[in-house]
Amino acid sequence: MDPVYEALVEIVGKDHVSHQAEELFIYSWDLGTTEPHRPDYAVSPRTAEEIQKIVQLANKEKTPVVPLGGGLSLAGLAVPLKGGILLDLKRMDDIIEVNEKARYAVVECGVSQGKLTAYLEKYHPHLTHSEPGAPPAATIAGNLAIHGQGDLAHPYGFSTDMINGLEVVLPTGEICRFGSCALGADWFTLHPLPDVGLFLGWGGTTGIITKVSLRLFPCKKIRGMAQFVVDDEELVPEIIFKLTHTQMVEDIIAVSQAIPPVTSELHNFLINIAADSEKELEFKLEIVFDDTLGEYIHRGDGGYSGFTRGLERPQVSKVSDWRKGGGFEYVGSIMPIEQYPECYRRGREISERHEIPYTVLARCIGTSHAMMFSWTYAFNRAEPETIEHARKALHETDDLALELGGTIWKPGLYGQGLVMERLNPHTLTLMKKVKQLLDPNGIMNPGNWEVQ
Amino acid sequence: MALADFEYGDIIHRCFRCGYCKFPVNWMDVNNCPAYARYRMETYSCGGRLWLMRAWLSDEIDWTEHFAHIMFSCTACKNCEAKCPLRFNVDILNMITAAKGEMVERGTVPPVVKEFLENIQRHGNPYGTPKAKRGDWLDGTGIKPYEGQDYLYYVGCIGSYDTRAQETARALGAVLRAAGVSFGVLGTKENCDGNEVNMLGEKGLFEVVATDNIAQFKDLGVHRIVTLSPHSYNAIKNEYPRYEGDFEVLHYTQLLRDLISEGTLDISKGFEAQVTFHDPCFLGRWNSEYEASRAILRAIPGITLIEMEKNRDSALCCGGGGGNFYMDLLGGSPDSPSRIRVREAYKTGANVLAVACPSCLTMLEDAVKSEELEDKISVKDISEIVATACGIE
Repeated sequence: MDPVYEALVEIVGKDHVSHQAEELFIYSWDLGTTEPHRPDYAVSPRTAEEIQKIVQLANKEKTPVVPLGGGLSLAGLAVPLKGGILLDLKRMDDIIEVNEKARYAVVECGVSQGKLTAYLEKYHPHLTHSEPGAPPAATIAGNLAIHGQGDLAHPYGFSTDMINGLEVVLPTGEICRFGSCALGADWFTLHPLPDVGLFLGWGGTTGIITKVSLRLFPCKKIRGMAQFVVDDEELVPEIIFKLTHTQMVEDIIAVSQAIPPVTSELHNFLINIAADSEKELEFKLEIVFDDTLGEYIHRGDGGYSGFTRGLERPQVSKVSDWRKGGGFEYVGSIMPIEQYPECYRRGREISERHEIPYTVLARCIGTSHAMMFSWTYAFNRAEPETIEHARKALHETDDLALELGGTIWKPGLYGQGLVMERLNPHTLTLMKKVKQLLDPNGIMNPGNWEVQ
Repeated sequence: MALADFEYGDIIHRCFRCGYCKFPVNWMDVNNCPAYARYRMETYSCGGRLWLMRAWLSDEIDWTEHFAHIMFSCTACKNCEAKCPLRFNVDILNMITAAKGEMVERGTVPPVVKEFLENIQRHGNPYGTPKAKRGDWLDGTGIKPYEGQDYLYYVGCIGSYDTRAQETARALGAVLRAAGVSFGVLGTKENCDGNEVNMLGEKGLFEVVATDNIAQFKDLGVHRIVTLSPHSYNAIKNEYPRYEGDFEVLHYTQLLRDLISEGTLDISKGFEAQVTFHDPCFLGRWNSEYEASRAILRAIPGITLIEMEKNRDSALCCGGGGGNFYMDLLGGSPDSPSRIRVREAYKTGANVLAVACPSCLTMLEDAVKSEELEDKISVKDISEIVATACGIE
């Protein structure tokens, strides 16, 4: 007889709680290189009220609670480092409302990126959301918990810049709402109420996001991707800058990878362009490729590889499967765009040191305000030495990101430590106070963002 | 068996658990794996199974009844293979079946699986009903035994024994007779086709069943077979050739489609209904046959065909595959795939949910009752719909 188990069964029903070895095994693993840590219970709640009761129980028992979305951060952020109750939130997957005129969707926390994409395509084809490059199982709320970005990051910024409202279960069990919805009104704006943005980017250490109002944006009739390639990494920052000046494109990515060899050392721009008519498309392509990038083509520094209609969902796990080993992890860094050449060169050095063909990618955030630069390291789950190589490469890359003046995006434990070592001490103290205030028993995803 | 000895030991680690396997084609829902839809724990997803299997074969976890439940709740619907973007996807089900087979070998299967297999071994059907009753559905039909006619009409276990499915077996027989098709049945001589035995990893029993059937078919001079069940169709079409059982096999919807298109079958009486069609896994994802049933439904006067959002290779499995129509490891919940599927069908506005598989028929009809939708939507096999359109009572 396990009273915590019995209490959890009482809350969510027998089918949705487990303390059996199989669930504890599966939920102990992240998909990256993080060492496994077993939870004591795996629970799949359906409502915010159930989560509220679970959190109240966890406080009473002083047991950790670790929220899990799609489980695709790769950085081990939902690995239950100190055991406790693993909350798999994917059953909470209703799209509650789409407000066409005010362009927002209210969704439960477990709604996947793929589900929202498909729903909008079918029922609101003139609306879209900023979709990250993750597999479709990644959740909307999980992306917010790590300050994610998607394919509208250039015009509109981080996904967390696109929020109109939140519902959160606090670590002490209260269900709070933020934004206009807190007044009982529609979920149309987060501002201008006093800023209590304590839940975004905290990796589930300050509360459990249960509902989100997410801004939607116009979806033009024609969407597609143009490609442009250069062989000199020094040109990448100025090209991104010039592309953002046009305000004609939706997404700007520069990618370089060792495999296939024929593309190695090239920097391939993936530029999303959208239009409502052929006339608009032609105009935009002319502005972008004739007027803006034409000089590089004429000088022989760059080549236009054409425009392909339709946006295919990036299959990250497929392109990262060159080792045929079922594993990869990357360091993402939010970085000034002018650091692209150094990020590329130093990243290649790290990859070569660890015998991993290099893959680097930069996505423009805002109008050249920053980029998310990622260094990806594939490993073979069946070959422990490759996992160890990848782990070392990741740590070296965390160091590199900070050395180059960037910040680490969704850092794992090692990266969190580096960041906290360097943080303004008053900021660090404030973080500690905020966490103590919100989570007096320290139950929320402990081990992550723990200020000593 | 150690991981090193596992037939798929060199690829089982390749699953990232990225989650594509849970979706239909267009990502509209994350619950297109029937077992995952039912339990919504990662363990019950395809990726969860593969990771657990590897852990089991590596002695990281022990065998438990719960682990066996997770493995045998896989209905072999192939949604995972259809959606996984990696090249090893063609072996996903082979890996799961091999792990089931290893449990069969060790004698560590859930009791209901053991019962299912023993019944087939002893009685030639999963229900444990005497073989002498296998031909009861024929009473009063006038259908002849197979004696060298053009087609062997192979009915299968569900159509032979389940009282509701027997109605479809009779309906198809009547339609074939009305069309003047030369066919006969095996009646009490018919044995299980073995498709589910194969899906449960009992390769030894499957070989016995398949070779016995092949020998009987050959003794009787069978060349062409028409099946009631897509499961039988799959086994005879794709597995029997491995044992030198090369027969021309059709699912009955393929034959009826041709009979209708060539004008041999008079369907002018029609069938007035708003119909939505549920693709059976063993016709659709397993054999890429999506159009025969739809062609029939479109040809029948009075039918308005409405597609469910998840159709063709995105259809949600009814939850009956892999022996689960009998074992019922996915039942007992509003989240049971059959109940989800019935709600999806009802959402279309259709008043008839058409099926082309006796397993789907029984699963979905029970689900309609559980959902208390009996007066809103009924489940009909296409054979029954065609029979009505032919004016057969």
